[in-house]
Amino acid sequence: MKHIKTLNKANLKESAAKGGCGECQASCQSACKTSCTVANQKCEKK
Amino acid sequence: MIHTYELNGYHILLDVNSGAVHLVDKLCFELLSFLTPPLSERCPDAALAALDGRYSKADIAACYGELYRLYTDGLLFSEDSYAQFADQMVSSPVKALCLHIAHDCNLRCSYCFASTGDFGAGRKLMPVETGKKAIDFLLKRSYGRRNLEVDFFGGEPLMNFDAVKEVVAYARSKEAEYGKNFRFTITTNGLLLNDDSIDFINREMSNVVLSIDGRQEVNDRVRARVDGSGSYDAIVPKYRRLVEARGDRDYYVRGTFTKYNLDFSKDVFHLNELGFDQISVEPVVAPETAPYALTEDDLPAIFAEYEKLSRELIAREKAGRGFNFFHFMLDLDQGPCAIKRLRGCGCGNEYVAVTPDGDIYPCHQFVGMEDWKMGSVLTDTLDLEKKDLFARTNIYSKPECQACWAKFYCSGGCSANSLQYAGSITKPHRLSCELEKKRLECAIMIKAALSE
Repeated sequence: MKHIKTLNKANLKESAAKGGCGECQASCQSACKTSCTVANQKCEKK
Repeated sequence: MIHTYELNGYHILLDVNSGAVHLVDKLCFELLSFLTPPLSERCPDAALAALDGRYSKADIAACYGELYRLYTDGLLFSEDSYAQFADQMVSSPVKALCLHIAHDCNLRCSYCFASTGDFGAGRKLMPVETGKKAIDFLLKRSYGRRNLEVDFFGGEPLMNFDAVKEVVAYARSKEAEYGKNFRFTITTNGLLLNDDSIDFINREMSNVVLSIDGRQEVNDRVRARVDGSGSYDAIVPKYRRLVEARGDRDYYVRGTFTKYNLDFSKDVFHLNELGFDQISVEPVVAPETAPYALTEDDLPAIFAEYEKLSRELIAREKAGRGFNFFHFMLDLDQGPCAIKRLRGCGCGNEYVAVTPDGDIYPCHQFVGMEDWKMGSVLTDTLDLEKKDLFARTNIYSKPECQACWAKFYCSGGCSANSLQYAGSITKPHRLSCELEKKRLECAIMIKAALSE
C-alpha cells in the first residue's frame, strides 16, 4: 500500500480465541506496584 | 473505535478492537477524520470536497481504497466482540501474593504510600509461621494454576530476610507435591543488601525491583534515612554488584518521580549511565494536597518529558545503545490475550496482599483500609463476596473505560488509585488515565520509528 504501512494485524481478536488460561504474570508484580500497564506482559503460551 | 494521533512526525492509526496499528500518511490521516462506520466502497463526497485542491482526486480515491481494504479485512473500525467475555468474568483461583514480610523500613521516604513502612498499623515483621500459612493458602486456593507468584514486599523485606529465606525454602519444598512452579520476586530499597542476600536473590528470585529515584539530589531529597541523610551513596554500589552478578535474569531499577523532578527523563538517563539497562521511573501516587503530588497542571510538562524520553530512546536504540524503559514496553505482536486485558492486574481476585498479621487485602495499596480486609491466612478465610466484586470489575463495568481507546492496554487501571482518588474501584482516576494514554502513544510511536 502506498498510503498505509500496517505495523501489526488483528492480534487482539486472534488472542481472544485461545486466551484466558490465567497462567501469566499478575501485572502488578512486575515492576510497577503503583501504575497499571497490562499490555507489556508476556503470554505464557507463546 | 479508532484512535488517531500525530507524534514526532508520525501519523498513527490504532484500530482499538482488533489491536491493529497502522502508520499512515498525512492525506490518510486527514481523510480518516471524515469517516464513520459503516464504510461504503465509495469515498464520501464530504471528504472529497474538503480535501480537493490540496490533494488530487486520484490520490484521495486511492487512499480511500486502501482504508476500505483495511475495513473489509477487519483492521479498521472493527467490531467489539469482547463484551461476551466480560459477562463471563467470575472468580478465579488465587495465583499471586504480595507478601508483606516486613511492615517496617529503614528509610523514611517522604512520599511513601505505606506511611514509611508500617501502613499505619505499627512496625511489625511477619513471623515465619505466618509466611508458611500464606504459602499453604496459595497452594490451596490456586487450584489448577501451575505458575504461582510471591512478591516479598514491605516496608523493607530485607529487614526480615531470614523469614524470606525460610518461606522460599518452604514453598520450594511443596512444588513437586502440588505440581506448582513458584516465581519469587522482591522489592527492596537496597540498604541491607550484602553478598549473602545478593546471592540468594539472584538464585531464587525471578525478578528483583531495586528502588532508586535517579540523580543523587533527586533520590536523597525524598529517599532519606531515619537520620535524614540520603541513601544514594550506599545503594548504588550494591545495585551494581547485584545486577552484574545476575546475568541476564530480570531486574528493574525502579524510581518514582514527583513534582520535585518533572524533568525525570534526566533521572532515567542517569540510571542508564550508572550501568543499568532495565529501568522504570513512575509517577508518584499521592493525594493532591501533598507538596510533591502530581496534579493536572503538571500534565503538559510530564507529556513533554515523555516525548523527550521517547525521542532519545529511539536515537539510542538506532545507535545500538538502547535500554528498556518499563512504561514504554509494548509487545504489539505477542502481548497478553484479550481476556487478560479485560480486567488487568487481578487484584482482589487472583492477586492479594497478606500482612504480617496474616490479614488478606485486595492488594498492597489497600492494606490498612479495614473495610477492604478480605480474610486471614491464619484461619484460611476469604471473603468470596468481595472477591467476586473484584472478579466482575472489568473495562465493561466502567463507563469511562468503555469509551476509551486505551482500554485494552491499561485494562481499566489501578483499582486502588481509583478508590483513593476517584472514590470508587470502578471510577478511573483521571490523572492516571492521562499519563497512561500519553505513555501508550509514545510507546506505539517508538514502535513506528523503529520499524523504519
